[in-house]
Amino acid sequence: MQSGLKKKLFVAALALGFAMAVPGAVVAGDTIKLGVAGAQSGDLASYGLPTVKAAELVVAQYNAKGGINGKQVELLVEDDVCKPEVATNSATLLVTKGVDVVLGHICSGATKAALPIYKEAGVVVMSPSATNPDLTQSGDYPNFFRTIASDDAQAKTEVDFAINTLGAKKIAIIHDKGDYGKGLAEFAQSFVEKSGKAEVVLFEGVTPGAVDYTAIVQKIKRFDADAVIFGGYHPEASKIVSMMKKKRMNIVFISDDGVKDDTFIKVAGENAEGVYASGPQDNSKNPLSAASIEAHKAAYNADPGAFYENAYSAALALLNAIEKAGSTDMAAVVKALQTEKVDTPVGNIYFDEKGDAVGVGFAMYQVQNGQYVEVKN
Amino acid sequence: MDYFIELLFGGLTRGSIYALIALGYTMVYGIIGLINFAHGEIYMIGAFTSFIVATVLSIYGFPLLAIVVIAALAAAVWSSAYGVTIEKIAYRPLRHAPRLSPLISAIGMSIFLQNYVLLAQTSDFLPFPALIPEFAFMEPVAHIVGSSDLVILITTTLVMFALTLLIKFTRIGKAMRATAQDRTMAMLVGINVDRVISATFVIGSALAALGGMLIASHIGQINFYIGFLAGIKAFTAAVLGGIGSIPGAVLGSLVLGLTESFATGYVSSDYEDVFAFSLLVLILIFKPSGLLGKAETKKV
Repeated sequence: MQSGLKKKLFVAALALGFAMAVPGAVVAGDTIKLGVAGAQSGDLASYGLPTVKAAELVVAQYNAKGGINGKQVELLVEDDVCKPEVATNSATLLVTKGVDVVLGHICSGATKAALPIYKEAGVVVMSPSATNPDLTQSGDYPNFFRTIASDDAQAKTEVDFAINTLGAKKIAIIHDKGDYGKGLAEFAQSFVEKSGKAEVVLFEGVTPGAVDYTAIVQKIKRFDADAVIFGGYHPEASKIVSMMKKKRMNIVFISDDGVKDDTFIKVAGENAEGVYASGPQDNSKNPLSAASIEAHKAAYNADPGAFYENAYSAALALLNAIEKAGSTDMAAVVKALQTEKVDTPVGNIYFDEKGDAVGVGFAMYQVQNGQYVEVKN
Repeated sequence: MDYFIELLFGGLTRGSIYALIALGYTMVYGIIGLINFAHGEIYMIGAFTSFIVATVLSIYGFPLLAIVVIAALAAAVWSSAYGVTIEKIAYRPLRHAPRLSPLISAIGMSIFLQNYVLLAQTSDFLPFPALIPEFAFMEPVAHIVGSSDLVILITTTLVMFALTLLIKFTRIGKAMRATAQDRTMAMLVGINVDRVISATFVIGSALAALGGMLIASHIGQINFYIGFLAGIKAFTAAVLGGIGSIPGAVLGSLVLGLTESFATGYVSSDYEDVFAFSLLVLILIFKPSGLLGKAETKKV
């Protein structure tokens, strides 16, 4: 029964989609429908609500200018509670309502569940927050884009920096056995192996909170590594870095944004000098970022929440692509996203053929004179 | 061969660190048969006390040696006060209760003290000043054994000998042994058992505080949680060596430290704890009372 209904809805949606794709034949009213899907209630509402606000602000801004190509933009907001099984329903509902493009979903799992429905309906989807690498890299979803770096982007930044900028040949990868640190270390390992320019001489986890890291440090030396990539947080990093100095070793130490924290510099003191860490790109000097935050403060009298700038950027990128493409046809929008650069709070971005934003992601920083300073690769 | 020596010294240092904490566990167990789970927290409080004192003194420009001595004394006194107070309020009222009750009380004390320091101080990691300078004469071998490793090794050795002498040849030592053997009989012959137990807590806590200061200086950072893992490892070492035995605690600690160091060096640090605890299981299977422990006689 339910699948029969779904099918009917689907056919209707498809018909609608085709109707809209034909230039000139405006059937479904004179608006462009921007869907916003994500968690808007439940535990993870705080991740999804800022996206709704970002979309409202961007849409208001566009409509005030007279809309896109003479059409006003209409918002369709659906709550998926970050649950895959609910996300398929929200997606179906949005498609039924004749959505043109979707900003969302928020969680990777929900996004993955919803994507096939949008793909069949020919709807472009852009997430501000789904970081699962497979969403873009599998190549299964040509309609999917995102304005946030994927989970493995940080490891890629670190490995590229170690190999291409520093010229490391033998890399020791150490992690703290935690989800974050070990995950990052595993990505780093696969990138080093894929590069073919360097080898992983050591891949090991250390116990967080242990009283002494002498043995692992001696082991790094024994394997003659010329760079250490550490996945984990600053307490272990500062112990390892200090111990390396104590053992008179001079090996490049590269870590992640668990270490790109001023506490690391405070605790490790002089030993922190020269340590590299990757961290999210700094948008604070981007005037659009400041403007988007100001707009939020003016409208809601509060600081924006999680993924707000990514969502704001995604809304801008989607509407810009429709404007440039002159239609809401999937192929045309996809082409515009890949070719037309757009100024957003997260930078001047466009999208690669897999759907990841080019120009969004991580940068490398180095501790110099007790401060993290961005270094160019 | 160089690598072997590096790992050997790494293991000895680590073992000595465990030993400074394990001695307190084993002494308390020897006297009242209680595993003092709050001991790791006493160690942490010692580290915090020496941190605060050393920071204040260095602001007033005291020489390093004076800072070390005063900070160590202050930490020892402050931690001992905590140790004795814990015994008075958490263990003494339960002395005649079933064995499980003081054990639970000890775990409660441990959680209480952790959170107390968390609230009274901070949850952040704090940078601990390097109280042990880099000695110039150690420079040629610094890549194998550093100055702080040397100080820890020497301190542990001295402490072990001093404790052995104290227990073998002094009046309070004799009283301790008597209390350990039979508390009721010791009371009957006029030993003030309460005082003996308090003295045990004072000595154990002071050692933990000394350990806290040296280890924090060695690794350069502290927070409220450092006592937990260090305490668990030291407790393991005490059981390994035979809980209740002072040379056993030191031997067990060294065995544990060396095992971990060599396991990391020759196998993988992923399996460091696996090796450490497998060793514990093996030793307890073949020698249930530990390496140097005496088989426990049932007290009826």
